[in-house]
Amino acid sequence: MPPLNFSIILPLLVLTVWACLLLLVDLFVKNKGITALLAALGLAISLGITLSQVGATGTSFNNMVVLDGFSTFVNALLLVSGLFGIALAYGYVKRMGIERGEYYTLLLFSVVGMMLMAQAADLIIVFLALEMLSIPLYVLAAFARPNVNSEEAGLKYFLLGAFSTGFVVYGIALVFGATRTTSLAGIVSAANAASSGTSSLLLLTIGSALILVGLGFKVAAVPFHMWTPDVYQGAPSAVTAFMAAGAKIAGFAALLRVFSLAFPSLASDITPIIAVISALTMIVGNIIAIAQTNIKRLLAYSSIAHAGYILMAFVPYGQKGVVATSVAAGLFYLVSYALTNFGAWAVVIALEKAEGNPSTGSGQRGLEIADYAGIGRKHPALAAAMTVFMFSLTGIPPTLGFVGKFYLFRAAIAGQFYLLAVIGVLTSLISAYYYLRVVVTMYMREGEPETTSEPWLNLTWGLAAVLTVIVSLVPAPLFDWASQAVLKLF
Amino acid sequence: MIPINYYIALSAILFTIGALGVLVRRNPLIIFMSIELMLNAANLAIVAFTRVYQILEGQIFVFFVMTVAAAEVAVGLALIVAIFRTKHSINIDEMNNLKG
Amino acid sequence: MLLEYIAIGVMIALATVIAVIAIGLGELFGPKKRSSVKSEPYESGIAPIGPGTRRMPVRFYLIAVLFILFDIEVIFFLPWAVVFRQLGLFGLAEMAIFIVILLIGYIYAWKKGALEWE
Repeated sequence: MPPLNFSIILPLLVLTVWACLLLLVDLFVKNKGITALLAALGLAISLGITLSQVGATGTSFNNMVVLDGFSTFVNALLLVSGLFGIALAYGYVKRMGIERGEYYTLLLFSVVGMMLMAQAADLIIVFLALEMLSIPLYVLAAFARPNVNSEEAGLKYFLLGAFSTGFVVYGIALVFGATRTTSLAGIVSAANAASSGTSSLLLLTIGSALILVGLGFKVAAVPFHMWTPDVYQGAPSAVTAFMAAGAKIAGFAALLRVFSLAFPSLASDITPIIAVISALTMIVGNIIAIAQTNIKRLLAYSSIAHAGYILMAFVPYGQKGVVATSVAAGLFYLVSYALTNFGAWAVVIALEKAEGNPSTGSGQRGLEIADYAGIGRKHPALAAAMTVFMFSLTGIPPTLGFVGKFYLFRAAIAGQFYLLAVIGVLTSLISAYYYLRVVVTMYMREGEPETTSEPWLNLTWGLAAVLTVIVSLVPAPLFDWASQAVLKLF
Repeated sequence: MIPINYYIALSAILFTIGALGVLVRRNPLIIFMSIELMLNAANLAIVAFTRVYQILEGQIFVFFVMTVAAAEVAVGLALIVAIFRTKHSINIDEMNNLKG
Repeated sequence: MLLEYIAIGVMIALATVIAVIAIGLGELFGPKKRSSVKSEPYESGIAPIGPGTRRMPVRFYLIAVLFILFDIEVIFFLPWAVVFRQLGLFGLAEMAIFIVILLIGYIYAWKKGALEWE
């Protein structure tokens, strides 16, 4: 038996053990704030170990997991997302009367699944990681029980999530049948050897398409996006924020690794499909978002639209010369999306109220765009931060979203996908309409908004806003780090 | 021995029935059973391939699929029971608090 | 190759024919006297109490879910037990870790009161 190198997955192992212990500790802790702080401490320790692994590469567990620049970058991003997720939840769960210690344990387990996804070098691990990140999220979506909206969101997310899992598993089964292996390295050599017209190539193509469908559900790409608005609206806002960032990052990490490592030989078949999905996702997400009056649904459609932009980085995955810069652009955009997303949701949480009928979930809860009227006068700092996030989501300088889109469109043009880049620019212009409507409501309309001020929440939107602006002025270091985060095959 | 193609065809049929069931049926429990059918169609294909190729990797994968499916069952049933307690109905068509 | 299965085919055909004959003859010639007593659900001769589709207490569901979880995990013991000697101490340690993880779940369920009947 080959020796096992546990250091490859050390951040993950530490976090798993920490989460298991936290589950037990929480049973004896009355003050759930302590659980939250302990969970954050676990994430911080894991983040420290991850950052110490920058530059390290390796593989272990019989080539089932890898450590490379890509996984380190994604892991760091996921752990920071987890920290943001806890910061958002800390006051929110108390205010909404859903403070239970399991929240933080489930969040940690979900982060573990996401990190495993980034490090997976075998389809079995991809499947395990997918389930490990999804199952806690199903529970978290329904966490505001007995609020019927939250339960409904949880059930819908669960049914469609499990449905997509079915596709992934069947895809893996067919790929396994075609290549006789589940390891990404083994698949690539078998796929190269498969001559055209054989049945194994057919199986491989269908299998990879099914995996694409399954992961498409996870990242909410059109036409697999139906669940997103309902789930994002019904789930507690802090959960939605974490789900929107974390699940998307992990889903794209898996897509990038599986497709660019295992299926480059299928690029001529897969690339057009992804290009169409990307274009559809950008168009549908942005156009339906215009009609939304609820801020949570608006951000849900915005999240669908951004899945389309990130998919753009994934389109030229088979072109050797372009794939490195394109992956770097995708990673950069993920960072910018995650940061902006957490900031925007922090503002949403600051305005959300627990009132309203808990069993029907209706009533004035500060979740309509109209409720944002008057913030510009009453809470200038909050309004300024929200303006930054809306600018960033649109892609207006000087924000991170602009730089991210610039890199993305440049990568698309380098890969000679001119039409896709044009659609990207046009849909960004469309999106300006609904994002700026929020800004206009904040500054131009009269209103008496009520906001909540909590230290961790204020820190989240403050930090996110400052970083969104500052990093956009000096994006080079981050982009260089993303460029070094190349995928490595063993 | 039964040729591998028969197994693949059977598993493809099962998978299609499952996928159609998810799209057509309105009771979450039945939808859930259809999802299980999809997973087991995949299991059948993997086991058949493993048997033909004489490698063990696939069998382990089937184990993982089964255990993970059990974990999913637990969460899914818990959600269904919770929603039944609140609404006294589990019909998908009545889940329209969230438009869409 | 298909010839090997012909015996099964013949058996299915014969069984169908005999079953149809048996039920058909009874249906044709048997006397039919329907009464409310006869249409009651069969309870081994005892008069049935309450409706047949009775609701189960929801507690059964919790026990069932816990049972599924712990029951299915046992599947991993089987391959380990088969190659127990080759894996040696390493395998034993791995399995101990696995059981500890299951135990954490068990303790959690216990402490949360999921195992209490009342």
